[in-house]
Amino acid sequence: MLATSRNFEANARAGLANDNLQRALGLARTGFPVRRRLAVERLPEFEELREAGRAIKDHTLAHLDFYLELYESNVAAAGGKVHWARTPEEARAAVLQICRSVGAKTVTKGKSMVAEEVGLNEFLEASGITPVETDLGEYIIQLRHEPPSHIIAPAIHLMKEQVAETFRAEHRALDPARSLAEPRQMCDEARATLRPRFLAADAGITGANFLVAETGSSIIVTNEGNGDLTQTLPKVHIVVTSIEKVVPSFEDAATLLRLLARSATGQEFSSYTTISTGPRRPGDLDGPEQYHVILLDNGRSRLLGTEFQDMLRCIRCAACLNHCPVYAAVGGHAYGWVYPGPMGAVLTPSLIGVEEARHLPNASTFCGRCESVCPVKIPLPKMMRHWREREFVKKLNPPVYRSVLSLWAWVTRRPTLYHALAELAARALGWVGRYRGRFRSLPLANGWTAVRDMPAPEGRSFHSLWAERHR
Amino acid sequence: MSETRERILGGIRNALGRGALDPNAQAQLRARLAAHARNLIPARAAVLDDAARLDLFIAMAVEAQATVARVGSFSAVPKAVARYLAAENLPAELVMAPDPSLAAIPWERWPMLQIRCGRAEPEDKVSLTPCHSAIAETGTLMLVSGAQTPTTLNFLPETHIVVVRRDQLVATYEDGLDRLRAELGTDKPPRVINFITGPSRTADIEQHIELGAHGPRRLYIVLVEEDRVSGSVEKYEQQEGAER
Repeated sequence: MLATSRNFEANARAGLANDNLQRALGLARTGFPVRRRLAVERLPEFEELREAGRAIKDHTLAHLDFYLELYESNVAAAGGKVHWARTPEEARAAVLQICRSVGAKTVTKGKSMVAEEVGLNEFLEASGITPVETDLGEYIIQLRHEPPSHIIAPAIHLMKEQVAETFRAEHRALDPARSLAEPRQMCDEARATLRPRFLAADAGITGANFLVAETGSSIIVTNEGNGDLTQTLPKVHIVVTSIEKVVPSFEDAATLLRLLARSATGQEFSSYTTISTGPRRPGDLDGPEQYHVILLDNGRSRLLGTEFQDMLRCIRCAACLNHCPVYAAVGGHAYGWVYPGPMGAVLTPSLIGVEEARHLPNASTFCGRCESVCPVKIPLPKMMRHWREREFVKKLNPPVYRSVLSLWAWVTRRPTLYHALAELAARALGWVGRYRGRFRSLPLANGWTAVRDMPAPEGRSFHSLWAERHR
Repeated sequence: MSETRERILGGIRNALGRGALDPNAQAQLRARLAAHARNLIPARAAVLDDAARLDLFIAMAVEAQATVARVGSFSAVPKAVARYLAAENLPAELVMAPDPSLAAIPWERWPMLQIRCGRAEPEDKVSLTPCHSAIAETGTLMLVSGAQTPTTLNFLPETHIVVVRRDQLVATYEDGLDRLRAELGTDKPPRVINFITGPSRTADIEQHIELGAHGPRRLYIVLVEEDRVSGSVEKYEQQEGAER
């Protein structure tokens, strides 16, 4: 997928001015956090499970080479095949080669963020193969030629009227006078439209929430059942996933599954959790004849042993997006690539480079909610700070910003000077604002005063008051 | 391809600052796997006695918008199925898993039920399957694929009926997986293990929960308790509009 993260500031402004987006985000702002909180409150062990989840992922990452090799050998033992891919190009080529080998014309797809990461749909289309997204949210945005704006609710930026408009424009064989006022009607229409596509598909592509090393299994978690139809009906099942999804055992997956649905949608368990191991067995009446796994690295292995290693624990639940005030204000498209919100602010510079994505780690108030709800305790604010440091070291911020920051650093390293300047500023601003008690506008601070008043200081700095009291 | 593989694995080892694990360390990791060591198990279902566990299973399944019926014997299953289909205005036609435990049910006593055995076809409206385990923790059914239990039955039809035996009830996912491994006599899993919690749903449009996105709109669980005296069908379901 082509990144527009460079334009975060303009993207964010556009998001703030988009009424439909703001209404849609208003619904999400309350819905997800409330449901998560209720689910967490019902499970007294939730905090301990977070610790267990973190330990499982840390253990796996410390032995990642071992578990990946074990996983690969068990996939092969079950009759499947693993295709390693270092880059998006290699991943796309592997998928295409499999599709071509069975003469595939159309492929159905379950939701896969790794497939978004490698830009699979555009590539397949350009290669003469029609990809059909089957998750309702993904289907809607595919019709609209938009990228997902959320990692578990890809069409969360849309209101139902927009979806209805899209369906009218795209489902032209249906009665134009039909009612599409309610989500129920659109859901039924998508079901009826997609059912024949499921049945006709030559290959089915899904992602994976987890890979199990011990058995060579892939696990998908869905509510719609689209992933299961995608992987059961066609001749070929292709799993497009990445190296950090592997866990040692079913027991480890079970612990992470207890965290996933509760953190994501606030459900006790998603409707469908499916463990798949290899292709159709002798005697089976259904299931795919071939089972392939595309195992993508795309820069992940480089994060091991660095201050960003903890990011590889991420299980893509989206709790950090759902609890982020910045995401809730600007929406997912502003981030300009596949992964938005706090996890995206850390992962995007890791995968596509801080040069392209330098704004994202700055799109945070550091309120810390993301870290406090993360099911595997990823220290997201700390890692965003690491990226800000790298941005500065690499001289990526504008010169004015850098010189002001350098000046600030110079002053704060000299306490006597700093205190004197602070006292001076407090007195000067206190004197100027002595009648009104606040400022309508201040030079160099228009960003603040354009939308609110700046309170005037009392006239003394905190330090000098403190020193006086303790004399 | 294999060059790519070596470069990825080499890159990982490099980043971790070591070579391939020595045989000793590998043996330790393999021992951890062979033990099927469990992580923290929530007390919710694990500490309950059998009767309370059953109540929890029913309550959680109903909360996930499944309908549960309790019957006293396998011979009461046809009645429970026929009544449910009639109440839901569904045709008395179903496709059934070619499983001996289901074939043993005296279907002939309810001749108006038309039954075909096999995998699901696009035109099938109702399917009936056995299950492997019923997990009390979250009201989840665990189904496994096999020659007698095709996976399409769980997803293609609009209504999925599952017959659960009382002795299939377990507390946790781990218990279900242990039962499966013991039964198969191997750690190699079947092609598919489906954990099913309520019917298919989506909240992709304005976060409205709608049932029946792509999979079944209805999940009907018929729970057979052979120690139960009553021959009647006792039904549990969520009241209209009580969705969570």
